[in-house]
Amino acid sequence: MTDFTSLGVKDIRDGVAKGDFTAREVAKTFNDAVAGAAALNAFIVTTPDHAVAAADAVDAARAKGDTLGKMAGVPIGMKDLFATRGVQTTAASHILEGFTPEYESTVSANLWASGAGMLGKLNLDQFAMGSSNETSYFGDVSSPWRKDGSNAAMSPGGSSGGSSTAVAARIVPAATGTDTGGSIRQPAAFTGICGIKPTYGRCSRWGVVAFASSLDQAGPMARSVEDCAIMLEAMAGFDPKDTTSLQMDVPNWEAALSADLSGKKVGIPKEYQMEGTDQAILDSWEQGKAWLKDAGAEIVDISLPHTKYALPAYYIIAPAEASSNLARYDGVRYGLRDLPEGAGLQDMYAETRAAGFGDEVKRRILIGTYVLSAGFYDAYYNQAQKIRTLVSQDFEKAWAQCDVILAPTTPTASFPLGSLDADPLTMYLNDVFAVPASLAGLPAMSVPAAMTKDGLPLGLQLVGKPFDEQGVLNAGLAIQQRAGFTAAPEKWW
Amino acid sequence: MSVDKQTVAKIASLARIKMSDEELERMAPELNNILEWVEQLSEVDTSDVAPMTAVIPNILRLRDDVVDADPLTGGGKRDDVLANAPAAEHGFFGVPKVIE
Repeated sequence: MTDFTSLGVKDIRDGVAKGDFTAREVAKTFNDAVAGAAALNAFIVTTPDHAVAAADAVDAARAKGDTLGKMAGVPIGMKDLFATRGVQTTAASHILEGFTPEYESTVSANLWASGAGMLGKLNLDQFAMGSSNETSYFGDVSSPWRKDGSNAAMSPGGSSGGSSTAVAARIVPAATGTDTGGSIRQPAAFTGICGIKPTYGRCSRWGVVAFASSLDQAGPMARSVEDCAIMLEAMAGFDPKDTTSLQMDVPNWEAALSADLSGKKVGIPKEYQMEGTDQAILDSWEQGKAWLKDAGAEIVDISLPHTKYALPAYYIIAPAEASSNLARYDGVRYGLRDLPEGAGLQDMYAETRAAGFGDEVKRRILIGTYVLSAGFYDAYYNQAQKIRTLVSQDFEKAWAQCDVILAPTTPTASFPLGSLDADPLTMYLNDVFAVPASLAGLPAMSVPAAMTKDGLPLGLQLVGKPFDEQGVLNAGLAIQQRAGFTAAPEKWW
Repeated sequence: MSVDKQTVAKIASLARIKMSDEELERMAPELNNILEWVEQLSEVDTSDVAPMTAVIPNILRLRDDVVDADPLTGGGKRDDVLANAPAAEHGFFGVPKVIE
């Protein structure tokens, strides 16, 4: 009998369609895998009934001879940042604990309409603020990976750390993620899986708990480039409920996948040669160039001169938007209310938010409030938005020279949980290579490339032109075929 | 620019987050570290640069000026809206008394 947990999205979808196995069998196997992996703390709530009901609907549709959807029979994990009707949605915060939406996010609704089912809601950094999955109110997520010869719990990256852990541990074939400044790509790199953030506006933000609205984008996380292409097709699409949604058709990315890069130019940005980057990462980058050359591409050196300013600009813009977005948590309309005896409305707000937000969320709200406050707005926020224009223009100029950019995803491999607690700033530096593409709204993907000598995965990042997810996926496929990355974490949970 | 404990207290009050003295003491140096680091942005000459307003060019769509022109974005959902309220009464959100 097939071990379903080793199968990806494409294998499951095709196997169900051909009748090799039923969607119900697959759902039950993954429900069991999820139930047996509590030690990873990847899920905040599990929804085995949802997975089975969706599977039964697919099996029934197949029996009737109906056309099956793009994700028919594939059970997935849903990052707990997506509102799911009737299922608690917390953003890994105390302030939303118990919140049960009366509506379904557009992205999750699209996935259910394509025949996918939900295994549960995945843990994350609180309000997607974090790079290690240590800011969740529901506890740290542990990566399934461990360093050779060590039992120390490693970070799965963040904020989509529950997603990366679950996919890498093979307790889900794929999961949704969201990326504001690297939250899909960095955890994908840390856990040896693929993840793509599409062009800003491809996936509707409606029903996704907002962090920084001008940056937030949903995307798939899975173990192959093909699986990401399939799932992104199911997630994306125009949505009248999101004013920034792109009114464009969703391309058939899966059908157009090609690892032949003849005639393509791959840009290597010199500013990504940064101090503090691990030698193993630099080596994998060199290897990546050789792989893409082998696939027929021409390698060209490019310059993105404002790269070093992207991260500090991000840490003004994202907290500014967060401070505004999170003003909605006031103890009035939903979520936690902390109302001490005899307290007034203002006290209720302040007490509720003090009790409901974690430290990192408070820190970012305070930074955001400060940089937007009278007297500081021009020096901080406006300056950061001008830098954002410059970062974006750097990319526009680069597209005259190349079709896709190759860079590392992260400056280091994963680190032990708790090891970067002392200084928030050190944590922020994890996203130094991921943030520029976010500021420019560009499609960007991480694919597993290599292992460090102590047994941790490393990822390579591909950044594409606006709307050119295909170019990113194709270059990712070329790397995937040559990297032959088959390493999987040894089961300890 | 650096922030002292009083400034952090002011910001926390603007953000409606109650903070103890101990928390303010702890937050002030953390915020200063971050603010000092973002200070490097001031070395970039941006006098001729327009601030970013939309990262991917898009048009602002308008719906017809009719109630519930698009049922997807329309209203009529009072009970759904109130379903998660900590205190909902008579079809309204309940809050502590704000007038004498």
